[in-house]
Amino acid sequence: MTEDKSPDQRALEESPENAPASLDPEVRAVGVRRGMFGTRGTGDTSGYGGLVQPVVYPGLARRPLEGWHEEVAAALDAALATAGAPDAVEGVVVHRGELTFHVRRDGLPAVARALRDDPSLRFELLSGVSGVHHPDDAGRELHVVHHLLSMTWNRRVRLEVAVPDADPHLPSVVATYPTADWHERETYDMFGVVFDGHPSLTRILMPDDWPGHPQRKDYPLGGIPVEYKGGSVPPPDQRRSYS
Amino acid sequence: MGIEEKLPSGVLLTTVEGVAGYMRKASFWPATFGLACCAIEMMTSGGPKYDLARFGMEVFRASPRQADLMIVAGRVSQKMAPVLRQIYDQMPEPKWVLAMGVCASSGGMFNNYAIVQGVDHVVPVDMYLPGCPPRPEMLIDAILKLHDQVQQTKLGPNRAREVEERENAALRALPTSEMRGLLR
Amino acid sequence: MTTDHDIYASSTETTEGRVFTVSGQDWDQIAEGLAEDDSERVVVNMGPQHPSTHGVLRLILELEGETVTEARCGIGYLHTGIEKNMEFRSWVQGVTFCTRMDYLSPFFNEATYCLGIERLLDIEDQVPEKANVMRVLLMELNRISSHLVAIATGGMEIGALTVMTIGFRERELVLDLFELITGLRMNHAFIRPGGVAQDLPPGALDEIRAFIALMRKRLPEYEALCNANPIFKARLVDVGHLDLEGCVALGLTGPVLRSTGYPWDLRKTQPYCGYETYDFDVQTWDTADSYGRFRIRLAEMWESLKIVEQAAERLAGLEGAPVMVADKKIAWPSQLAIGSDGMGNSLDHIRHIMGESMEALIHHFKLVTEGFRVPAGQAYVPVEGPRGELGAHVVSDGGTRPYRVHFRDPSFTNLQATSVMSEGGMVADVIVAIASIDPVMGGVDR
Ligand code: SF4
Repeated sequence: MTEDKSPDQRALEESPENAPASLDPEVRAVGVRRGMFGTRGTGDTSGYGGLVQPVVYPGLARRPLEGWHEEVAAALDAALATAGAPDAVEGVVVHRGELTFHVRRDGLPAVARALRDDPSLRFELLSGVSGVHHPDDAGRELHVVHHLLSMTWNRRVRLEVAVPDADPHLPSVVATYPTADWHERETYDMFGVVFDGHPSLTRILMPDDWPGHPQRKDYPLGGIPVEYKGGSVPPPDQRRSYS
Repeated sequence: MGIEEKLPSGVLLTTVEGVAGYMRKASFWPATFGLACCAIEMMTSGGPKYDLARFGMEVFRASPRQADLMIVAGRVSQKMAPVLRQIYDQMPEPKWVLAMGVCASSGGMFNNYAIVQGVDHVVPVDMYLPGCPPRPEMLIDAILKLHDQVQQTKLGPNRAREVEERENAALRALPTSEMRGLLR
Repeated sequence: MTTDHDIYASSTETTEGRVFTVSGQDWDQIAEGLAEDDSERVVVNMGPQHPSTHGVLRLILELEGETVTEARCGIGYLHTGIEKNMEFRSWVQGVTFCTRMDYLSPFFNEATYCLGIERLLDIEDQVPEKANVMRVLLMELNRISSHLVAIATGGMEIGALTVMTIGFRERELVLDLFELITGLRMNHAFIRPGGVAQDLPPGALDEIRAFIALMRKRLPEYEALCNANPIFKARLVDVGHLDLEGCVALGLTGPVLRSTGYPWDLRKTQPYCGYETYDFDVQTWDTADSYGRFRIRLAEMWESLKIVEQAAERLAGLEGAPVMVADKKIAWPSQLAIGSDGMGNSLDHIRHIMGESMEALIHHFKLVTEGFRVPAGQAYVPVEGPRGELGAHVVSDGGTRPYRVHFRDPSFTNLQATSVMSEGGMVADVIVAIASIDPVMGGVDR
């Protein structure tokens, strides 16, 4: 440090490197958990019925990342800038050594193509596509997760795209990864996410005339009470349980 | 040297029911209806170690038109149920159904939107076999019990009377929800 | 329409062409009906209940004479909603569900699910060595039994019944070991988050050694019976061809990928459970056809035997070592033993919680009924299953139950290759192509 520590030191805004790091950048709650049991009302005998806890997923990581994570992130940035979609990635999460890119839905095809074709990325294989439903995450209820594998570099990344329930559309990646065909159909079948540009987006596991999308959180488990001699046990989703 | 040597003048008297039952049980052909994990155990029972052939049952018929017994081995999904019913309808009378495993018997641990809670919602079941999966020995035992049932089957007016008796007994029976047991 | 008088198997509505429902009647009727038509094009619906489709798989084949011009799969006939069911059970109970997905490789389902949970719990390094060795041992035994069924059912479907009977004969040997170690022949739920459920029973190692010795004698029988068998080769060689590019584009892994000559095996490339410390080779073949996949399965059984042998050796030196993490907030409260009533029990533990320590009782109760909490996040730790990359995408919201678990099942992904492998070939080859993928419908539909 060559500067002298005179009292007229510049304001914090002008030298942001002096600001203390915020410990958890951009942590968002995707829902809350109430009480100790899964029940509402008087069923909660634990004494913690009024407890409200936010459900928080690991926050965004700050660049630069460590090791090969940064290599991948930097290469992806460069490739996206060339492809004309520089802001396709909303953020990066590193948790337990796994790298997740949160991708804006319009940017997904560009990201997929860059990840597959860039020689320093080369994620040739799409392992799978699945959905996660967060009914309380307003505007981002449906998350679609792609797992990618690079056989060349022996690395894995995950792409996560969030779409609102009111407009559950996102572009299909079948053009880039033909294997996504059935995976996207399954995600559509189970969550009602519409993959635009998919060659034949129809139900795959459930019967064609099935109402609703069964693995969404607002779809009941659909069990029936089981009768025994002298008693009946409700299906698991209607029992008192811990959550 | 068999029973025929001991018969007086080579004549044996029995009932038509007895003969018919014997014939039916002694050539009892199952249809392959393997669905899930239980199907693997069903195939194992036909394999060398358990050898269902000992009971004249090793010919698993691919076509329901040639089968007497449908072993529903595994979980029946809502999508499979219509198919199952059609196959059952295609089997010639007389026919029997064995629900193998808890899934086919009652839905088992999969009490949810996808699984039919017991194949008896779709077809009449003659024998329920619990277990997840039942061991091949248990399947063979269930089949032998069913053989017994088949042997005892009555015909004609006797059958009608038996059906009526059972119907009445079932109507008089206490519903499960009113029975007293460990939970009350 | 030749079969309209059959009230039980009548035709369904269709928008084009004529419908024949074939369900075991006289073929002459069909032939006559077809002769009236000048087009050779037929759409055949095979399954979902068909002895040769490897489970409840429905195939919709468009034929031009004997040639398949289009092949499509219909799946979902075994959809069980297991993933949804798991969301309503504790993390440990989830093992009981996922073991029933791909019922021919239960230990792999359990392993990938537990590895995911362990990563979220951040206890990956704390899983004791013995638990890892036992996982490897069970998974490799399981690979042998799964490949045996693949070969057996594949043989049955092309009419080689002897292959089927000997396949099931050897599989029994593996199941006997499973029963000795886990108590169950199938659907074990033995691998648990943090380790495995129980220690090895006494005498297990001797049984395993005897099994290895026996398999060394029996596996050559398959080679002698099949490898150079002209009929077998005529049915398998050059059938169901799919090259490396096709495999990667369609996401195929496992023996199908390795039959193109690419040695991709997660046990080597991304080792888990300590696979990097075992000595074995990745088996490849270079013909990219059904025969190559058959040979790979055969060779992999030898490799698995090698690993089983090494694992058994290590277990001999690990007698009495723990098989569960030391963290009592995760591990099951007591080591149960089978009591005289046939139920798992532990008298010492009961005396402790009922007579000595109220806190221990509360802890036991909470852990068993409520379960442990897993920090919020998501993990994906795939393992190399007998059919390819099997992975569980485990999502936790910080609760005691999985928020969402999705299984990436290799059968599901690999089955997509049916069209590519069989279009342009003969009808009979469709069966061979599917058998070489070896899909297990429980895994496909979950
Ligand atoms: S009863 Fe058990 S073994 Fe049988 S199909 Fe159901 S889950 Fe599988």
